[in-house]
Amino acid sequence: MSTETLVPYDEALARYEPVLGIETHIELGTNSKMFCGCPTVFGAPPNTQVCPVCLGLPGALPVTNRAAIEGIIKIGLALNCSIVEWCRFARKNYFYPDMPKNFQISQYDEPLCVEGHLDVEVDGQSYRVEIERVHMEEDTGKSLHVGGTTGRIHGADHSLVDYNRAGIPLVEIVTKPIPATGDKAPLVARAYATELRELVRALGVSDVRMEEGSMRCDVNVSLMPIGSATWGTRSETKNVNSLRSVERSVRHEIERQAAVLDAGERVVQETRHFQEDTGTTTSGRSKEEAQDYRYFPEPDLVPMSPSRDWVEELRASLPELPAARRGRVRGEWGVTEKELQDIVNAGALDLIEETVQAGAEAAAARKWWMNELSRRATAQGVELTALPVTPADVVRVSRLVAEGTINDKLARQVLDGVLAGEGTPDEVVERRGLKVVSDEGELATIIDEVIAGNPDVAEKIRSGKVAAAGALVGAVMKATRGQADAGRARELIINKLTG
Amino acid sequence: MIKKTAADLAALIASGEASAVEVAQAHLDRIAAVDGSVNAFLHVDEDIVLEQARAVDAKRAAGERLGPLAGVPIAHKDVFTTKDMPTTCSSAILDGWRPPYDATVTARLREAGLVILGKTNMDEFAMGSSTENSAYGPTHNPWDLTKIPGGSSGGSSAAVAAYEAPLATGTDTGGSIRQPAAVTGLVGMKPTYGGSSRYGLIAFASSLDTPGPLARTVLDAALLHEAFSGHDPMDSTSIDQPVPPVVEAARRADVEGLRIGVVKEFGGEGYQPGVLARFHEAVELLESLGAKVVEVSCPHFTYALPAYYLIAPSECSSNLARFDAMRYGLRVGDDGARSAEEVMALTRAEGFGPEVKRRIMLGTYALSSGYYDAYYGKAQQVRTLIGRDFDAAYTQVDVLVSPTTPTTAFPIGERADDPMAMYLADLCTIPSNLAGNAAISVPCGLADEDRMPVGLQIMAPVLADDRVYRVGAAVEKALEDRWGGPLLKEAPEL
Repeated sequence: MSTETLVPYDEALARYEPVLGIETHIELGTNSKMFCGCPTVFGAPPNTQVCPVCLGLPGALPVTNRAAIEGIIKIGLALNCSIVEWCRFARKNYFYPDMPKNFQISQYDEPLCVEGHLDVEVDGQSYRVEIERVHMEEDTGKSLHVGGTTGRIHGADHSLVDYNRAGIPLVEIVTKPIPATGDKAPLVARAYATELRELVRALGVSDVRMEEGSMRCDVNVSLMPIGSATWGTRSETKNVNSLRSVERSVRHEIERQAAVLDAGERVVQETRHFQEDTGTTTSGRSKEEAQDYRYFPEPDLVPMSPSRDWVEELRASLPELPAARRGRVRGEWGVTEKELQDIVNAGALDLIEETVQAGAEAAAARKWWMNELSRRATAQGVELTALPVTPADVVRVSRLVAEGTINDKLARQVLDGVLAGEGTPDEVVERRGLKVVSDEGELATIIDEVIAGNPDVAEKIRSGKVAAAGALVGAVMKATRGQADAGRARELIINKLTG
Repeated sequence: MIKKTAADLAALIASGEASAVEVAQAHLDRIAAVDGSVNAFLHVDEDIVLEQARAVDAKRAAGERLGPLAGVPIAHKDVFTTKDMPTTCSSAILDGWRPPYDATVTARLREAGLVILGKTNMDEFAMGSSTENSAYGPTHNPWDLTKIPGGSSGGSSAAVAAYEAPLATGTDTGGSIRQPAAVTGLVGMKPTYGGSSRYGLIAFASSLDTPGPLARTVLDAALLHEAFSGHDPMDSTSIDQPVPPVVEAARRADVEGLRIGVVKEFGGEGYQPGVLARFHEAVELLESLGAKVVEVSCPHFTYALPAYYLIAPSECSSNLARFDAMRYGLRVGDDGARSAEEVMALTRAEGFGPEVKRRIMLGTYALSSGYYDAYYGKAQQVRTLIGRDFDAAYTQVDVLVSPTTPTTAFPIGERADDPMAMYLADLCTIPSNLAGNAAISVPCGLADEDRMPVGLQIMAPVLADDRVYRVGAAVEKALEDRWGGPLLKEAPEL
């Protein structure tokens, strides 16, 4: 990897205007593959979900999966696209060992969905991302390079191919060039990917897990001098696999391309790879330039002409989309746009809504998911949804607090117990003995012991220095392992010594 | 026994006068006796043949209902996948490959109780008109062993003409059933595109490939057509319509009141006089049988051959990309040091024959960016115009006729180094492939020059397959009356 000169971000943006373009591949979560009946379970042993069709055996033929077409039409409609009345699949021809037929069934100049848009918000400002096309294709197999140090083909001893992924339905969403985002370009790119992920997730047509590759972004960036009307040459950073990486890759490309342009050189139109560890991009093979895919209409499939009735039926079946939903919950929960954005970014929207629907106060649900659980998920490096705690658990915890059975401090311990697999909140309270000491007699006994053990402090309080009570309250809390109601303890101590 | 028609054999088996095993054994004996000189078969496994025949006999003994061709032996073109036999398409690149699945046509032959004798030789990947382009040596025409049996279904035509099998399957992409049938004195039918399933048919040109029957009589061809045709959900281009009543039409065998169009563009220069003489006699015969004959012009048919040689190679360049040594078949140069790309290139260089390479290169070029519109795109426009010529013609007539092929069988080796001359063999058959129409070839006599068979081609619109059987059967009946029996009795004993 060559060390490249970079221009500091702010400086780059002072001279250049970035233009973005994002191509996103989304694997649909259909039960069977795009053109055959094979199952699509993620993580199955290699080459156990294959048949003559997805292995491209001689003589085998594709048959289109209607559920996949339904999925892509839903995505197209949710992105405000027109669904064309007639279109075809095309063959994209190139040789690669993970391509069973050495061509990919895709769409070329006749995509199924065209001309849409998706609005995203960054720092209170709205950006409209125009969608050029949404088309249907099949995924390839997966190569595993064995014996090298990097897992890349270079230096590998041999390669293995898993065709389980071959033929999984893949939707490609291509934006038009996104201009005029200025220094917000990395954030707009990230916001677009986030919003698209939320949208597709809401449609229920894919699990859109970037870390598992069911959503992958190719990010195009070009720079032009501020005030110029001509777009610059773009680079394409392939297979960026996290939202954060989408943002970082744009930022890096701006800094890198600015340096290239500052030096009076030309940006090379090429494929680049994003390096997670350094946050930089490196040049990929420039074979893309020479590649002629020899697209032609797929003769093994008949043209698609989704009926207008079907399209309207699907439109009517669309669920509440994320933007509308956010508007609604903002009103219902009384949160600001910024607070809501934090909730969305934390992946807590569904969880909080489910918790509220299950009977918790919105403020309580937010508090527990956002302040407590979100922090723990981050600490463990997992998604919030991956924590072993349910909205029902959170409802129960907030109810226990409201009833006075536990206080906030104890509630945190209850959540710890739930996360540690010790059972339901009630079981944790029971097993750990976490109830607030509300028995006045018991509390009075403990207070007497504390006063007896701290005669100096007691004397101060008696002489009117009420503020000194804090030390005794602390001692009471310590003696009760935090299970006493601190306010009540204070009241009792002061009454006893001054009353 | 071996000279009987499929219909007669089926009747003998159904009545118990002959067992399927006896019939199969008679054909196995014939294969053993003559195939050394004909080379129609690539693969015959006696045990598997007799096992299939025994199963039919057992069903009959158990009182089960048998299909109209149950127990009849058949030669199966090596382009169809078969679970129990190797499938090679006559290519070294698939040497010894045993598919894990049966083609739909194969499965339907089995369901109908047909006994598959073995796999027949062909031009490699069905590219050719002589069966010389086979990695396993040429097939010889039973009428004259020094001549070609047509192609690409030449193993199938030779097997039936040599009485090694009463029936055979073929595939027709540009004439690969009709031309071999014509030059061996058989009936060969290209059904409407989509009328018979391509699932498990190893593709040459997907938009043109059509499975169809070869037989010694029109009725036999119709019986086989009916046995394996019809909608297949595994083939998206399969037509979801009932099979046209082809057997009924073959039995009807009349042309009373039909309007027959003679394609003006097919004849004259480049056609063997003996072929034209027999063709014109056949047209006169049709008129004498009560048909109304007119001449019809199909001006774009002249461009069919060049259009075909852009479309078919384009599709083949993509279809044959999968033969890359990664998953099955030949693998050359895998020494642990070479890259996957090098192994792919070496395997394809060694595994494909010259004609296959020629077409892959033609097609790759025609689809290239910058050339697509001028070649593939233009050829598709011509294809549309040819379809319109047919549509216009069928407003005037019910069927069109022409010679099946401009010449009779030529000597093995004669055109091997002259691809253009070889391509001309399909001049008259290609338009029906481009339009997806139904077309049949039936024998119409021997050419005076060489006493070799001549074929009459009868074409009809999409899904009017029954119409060509009806006309073909009428011609067959009248000519056999005139000849005092089938044309094939004129063939020399092997």
